[in-house]
Formats: sequence, C-alpha cells, structure tokens
Amino acid sequence: MTNAHSNWIAFKTIIIKEVLRFSRIWIQTILPPMITMGLYFVIFGGLIGARIGEMDGIRYMDFIIPGLIMMAVITNAYANVVSSFYSSKFQRHLEEMLVSPVPNYLIILGFMGGGICRGLAVGVAVTLVSLFFSPLSIHNPAVALSVVVLTAALFSLAGLINGVFARSFDDISIIPTFILTPLTYLGGVFYSITLLPEFWQGVSMFNPILYMVNAFRYGFLGVTDFSLWLSYGIIIGFILALYGIALYLLNKGIGIRQ
Amino acid sequence: MSDHFTRFYGVQKPSLEGYVRIFCFTRPLLRECHRQTMPKALCIRQLTKTYKNGLEALKGIDLDVEPGDFFALLGPNGAGKSTTISIIASLVNKSGGSVSIFGHDLDRDLYAAKRCLGLVPQEFNFNTFEPVQEILVNQAGYYGIPRKEAWKRAEKYLVELGLWEKRKDMARMLSGGMKRRLMIARALVHEPRLLILDEPTAGVDIEIRRSMWQFLKDINQQGCTIILTTHYLEEAETLCRNIAIIDHGRIIENTTMKGLLGQLNTETFVLDLTRPLVHLPDLTGHRLRWVDELTLEADVDRDVSLNRLFVDLNREGIQVRSMRNKTNRLEQLFMHMVDRGRAK
Ligand SMILES: Nc1ncnc2c1ncn2[C@@H]1O[C@H](COP(=O)(O)OP(=O)(O)OP(=O)(O)O)[C@@H](O)[C@H]1O
Ligand SMILES: [Mg+2]
Repeated sequence: MTNAHSNWIAFKTIIIKEVLRFSRIWIQTILPPMITMGLYFVIFGGLIGARIGEMDGIRYMDFIIPGLIMMAVITNAYANVVSSFYSSKFQRHLEEMLVSPVPNYLIILGFMGGGICRGLAVGVAVTLVSLFFSPLSIHNPAVALSVVVLTAALFSLAGLINGVFARSFDDISIIPTFILTPLTYLGGVFYSITLLPEFWQGVSMFNPILYMVNAFRYGFLGVTDFSLWLSYGIIIGFILALYGIALYLLNKGIGIRQ
Repeated sequence: MSDHFTRFYGVQKPSLEGYVRIFCFTRPLLRECHRQTMPKALCIRQLTKTYKNGLEALKGIDLDVEPGDFFALLGPNGAGKSTTISIIASLVNKSGGSVSIFGHDLDRDLYAAKRCLGLVPQEFNFNTFEPVQEILVNQAGYYGIPRKEAWKRAEKYLVELGLWEKRKDMARMLSGGMKRRLMIARALVHEPRLLILDEPTAGVDIEIRRSMWQFLKDINQQGCTIILTTHYLEEAETLCRNIAIIDHGRIIENTTMKGLLGQLNTETFVLDLTRPLVHLPDLTGHRLRWVDELTLEADVDRDVSLNRLFVDLNREGIQVRSMRNKTNRLEQLFMHMVDRGRAK
C-alpha cells in the first residue's frame, strides 16, 4: 500500500468521522441555524424589509438571504472545528490520530473538510428555509458554490487554530462572540456598504467577511460592490496564511504535545 | 598426501564428523549474530524528559526489548513509566536521547515506527460519544486500512475481546473493564508488531483479567512483542519473561524474570495451626515469629528444604493446617529493590 493511498484513506476517515459527529447531534448543529435564520427572514426580511423597500435595487428580502446563508456557514464551519478539535484534545481522543501515522497536514485538512461539510449542510438547510420566503434564483452557481466552500474552509482553519490554543470551553466562544459575530454583522449582510458614510466605507474595506458576502451575493443575484477577483484573492490569501499557521502550531505540538 | 584442500587451507580436510562438529559449533554463533543484527523491538538510549514545570521525569533511560519478548516495565507511582511510554508513542516530546521501534528511529523514520506500534494508554482516551465499533474502524482508517477491511478487523477484535454485543453502544456506556478491553481492541486493529499496555488490567475483575492474560499470551505466541506495566506483580510474574524496574526516572533493575526471582534469598510463609499454641516453641535453625495463637510466620532460606521445618514442627507436636506465602515473591523483591535504589 502506498503512502498516498494510505493517507487518502486516513483523510476520508477523518471526514466521515467528523460528518457522523455533527449529524448525530443535528439538533444542536443543523437545526438551530435553521431556526435563527428563519427568524431573521421573518423579522428583517418580511416585517421590517417590507418598509425598507429595496437595497441596491433588489428586494430587501432577496438582498439579505445570501448574506444570512453565508453568516450561518461561517459560524457553523468555525464552531464545528473549534468544538470538535477542542473536545478531542480535552477528552484526549486526538491521541488516536497522534499515535497513528497520520501526518499533521492531514489532520488539518481532515478537520477542515469536516468544517466545510458542516458549513455546506447548514448552508443547504438555511437555503431550504429561505424557500418559504423567496423563490431560489442563482445567477452563477459556480461562483456561489466556490465562494461558500472557500469561506467555510477559511473559517474551519480559523476554528482549528482557536481549538489549538483553547484551554477551556470558555475559550472556544470568545472569538466567535467578540470577533466573528461583529465582523459578520458589519460585513454587509444587512446593508450595502454604499449606505455608509465614506469614512466607514473605508473602514469596512478591512473586513474580510465583506468580500465573502459580496462575492456570494454575486453568485445569487449578480450584483457586487467589488471585483470578484479581489474577493477570491483575499479569501485564498487568508486560507493559505491560516493553513500555514495551523501547520506550524501542530508541528510544534503547541497545545497537544507536552 | 597433499590435495587441493590442504594446499589451500593449510590443514587436513576434515572428516564428516569434523563437519558436523564445525556446524554444531558455529550454529549458535550464527544464531547469536542474527539476533544481534536483527533490530530490537524497542531500543531506548539515554532518554531524558523534563516537563515544562521543571520536573525531571526521566533521567537517562536505556532499555532494549527483543522481538517476541513479553516484557514488564515496573515501578512505583510517578516512577516515569507512562512518561516513557508516551514518548515512545510520540504523545510527549522527549528532551534528549533516542528511541527506535524495530529499527525505525522516531526522529528519522517516524511514520514507519508508528506503524509498528499499538498503544493501550493508562487513561481512557476514546471519544465517549462514539459507538464502539466506529472507534475501531476509524482507528484502522488512520493507518490506511480501507473501510471495508476495517469493519472486518473491528469485528474480529471486538469478538475476541468479548465486546461484540456492545458494538453499537456509545463508548461511555461501557463498564470500566470493558473500556480497557476496547482500548486493547483499538490498539490491535492495525496489527502492530509491538504492543505496549500501560496498566491494562487496572480495575478489571479477576475472571476477565485471567482471560485477558490468556489473550495476551496468545498474541505474544503469534509473534507480537508485548510491553506491559502493572502494579499487580503477580501479573508480571505470570506473563513476562523479562523485566525492568524504573524509579525516579532511572532504570534500577533490568533482568530476566527467572534471574530476578533467583535473587530472592528468603521467603516468608504464614502457617495456620490446627490447635492454639501456648508459647512459641524454640526451634533452633528456624526463624519463627508468633502472630497469634493460631498463626506463625516462618522465614525460610532458599537453600533450606521445607521438609526440615515440618519435621521439627512435628516433633514439637505442632500441626499445620495450611500454609501460604506472606507476600507475592516478586512483591518482596520489588520492595527490596526500590528501597535499595533509593538508598543509593
Ligand atoms: N504533563 C505533566 N506535566 C508535569 N509533570 C508530569 C506530567 N505528567 C507526568 N508528570 C510527572 O512525571 C513523573 C512521572 O510520571 P508518570 O506518569 O510517568 O509515572 P508512572 O510511572 O506512570 O506512575 P503511575 O504508576 O502512577 O502511573 C511524575 O512525577 C509526574 O508527576
Ligand atoms: Mg502511569
């Protein structure tokens, strides 16, 4: 058996294990974002949106749907990896992988794959909920899909790094609460940044989530505030940087080997 | 007569008997050479470990384990057994020294070394929210075993360890002894050449412990090298051929089990008497102690036969109902060695 073949099996194993993990507890993993996002659709899209009218020339409900799907994908990809990695460290079953000949980069890719699957599962679930409020129209499926996968990958890696450093269950909710949620809310999910005063538009440019939401919205509606290439460039740049950091941390054994 | 052979070697051509002699003489040498060149199942040199808090857990350990051996690593709590094992399993980074498994050095050839090793850790380290069989299947997957084959292997080892009934249960629903057996099954799914068990029988009932012993003996017989730590010295005595005792991060004894037991000079026996004794009889040549009126203790030197003691007791009219060793023989030695090691 060649090494590549063996690694491929190990990679699939980690993914299957991760998918089974979040599927078994779907009431905690898949259902909540459906309910939350459903409420957003009802309140912001339906009740308030009716008064707002249009945003960027689009019905407000249609405008927020891609952003809300993206928001669910981001939080869930992140949450999946941070909690799975942290609990496998805490319960010590990460050792199952650490004693076996699974290279560190595969551990990272495996957890990332798990996070992407969770992100996609939630993304599809929330999209299904959105069908109650607006018919689905996808302007460019390739863009929509690639952006959602890459974004899920990015936040999975971020979650992994958080998991490496986490020393308690509190540590795994700090970043989502204080960084992720604000950035998402300010990332153009609910408004077009053209509404902002110039200064705040400039500040918003430093928010990577803005580019992801925009590119994803382009995939759905065909409108965007930025060039698609800029968005892809930023997302991929972040993925490479986070992957590098994660690999460095695991190779150093930080938080996992004494 | 000067044939080709004699001219060439300068000696007479040996007879058939001579050839047989040469063969008989060289065979053990060849075998020894082979043994020497065959990589050790485990070879540890000058292994040190200082934890981040400054605790020096290992202070330069040397250890060799031959292929096929059943090896006991003994030592009191905190001696450094688990630290050593965790380093071998690359769960803990060493501070210095080298470790190789079947000739694969951990620093140079990590993945090949890992493939040879199966680990049963001291503490439970499986996902308690995962079904038993999936734990095994996943573990096999990490070693590159295709999923179909992994299910078969999982079945095989779950059956062998008596956990087949529980295969669908979440691991947290197993009893303590079942959890230990689950970890043994998990360590075996990739069929390692070296199996290290860190206190596998802690908290396991007598019946299961005995069946685990039999199981370990069987897989050892099939060629798997086993290293075991335990605090039940009877277990080490029953199973292991070679033994190392570690204390305060140093190896204080490394020998064969037979050799070790041979070092025992005196054994203490407890004698239960049929009739109460009024006073301690004075039997010259025997060291007897009074425990209570129905019990005596006797220290008997190794070169003194027990018959003599009984003959002398008989003469005093003392009838012995039953007799047992005061402590396990190995226990006595173990305490002695640890004391001696600490005094040094
Ligand atoms: N993570 C750690 N950080 C600091 N010190 C540690 C750590 N793990 C173990 N030690 C210390 O290292 C020493 C050796 O511990 P180890 O677990 O190897 O002992 P042991 O021989 O396995 O004992 P036992 O029979 O109780 O299992 C102990 O003094 C222990 O306190
Ligand atoms: Mg221990």
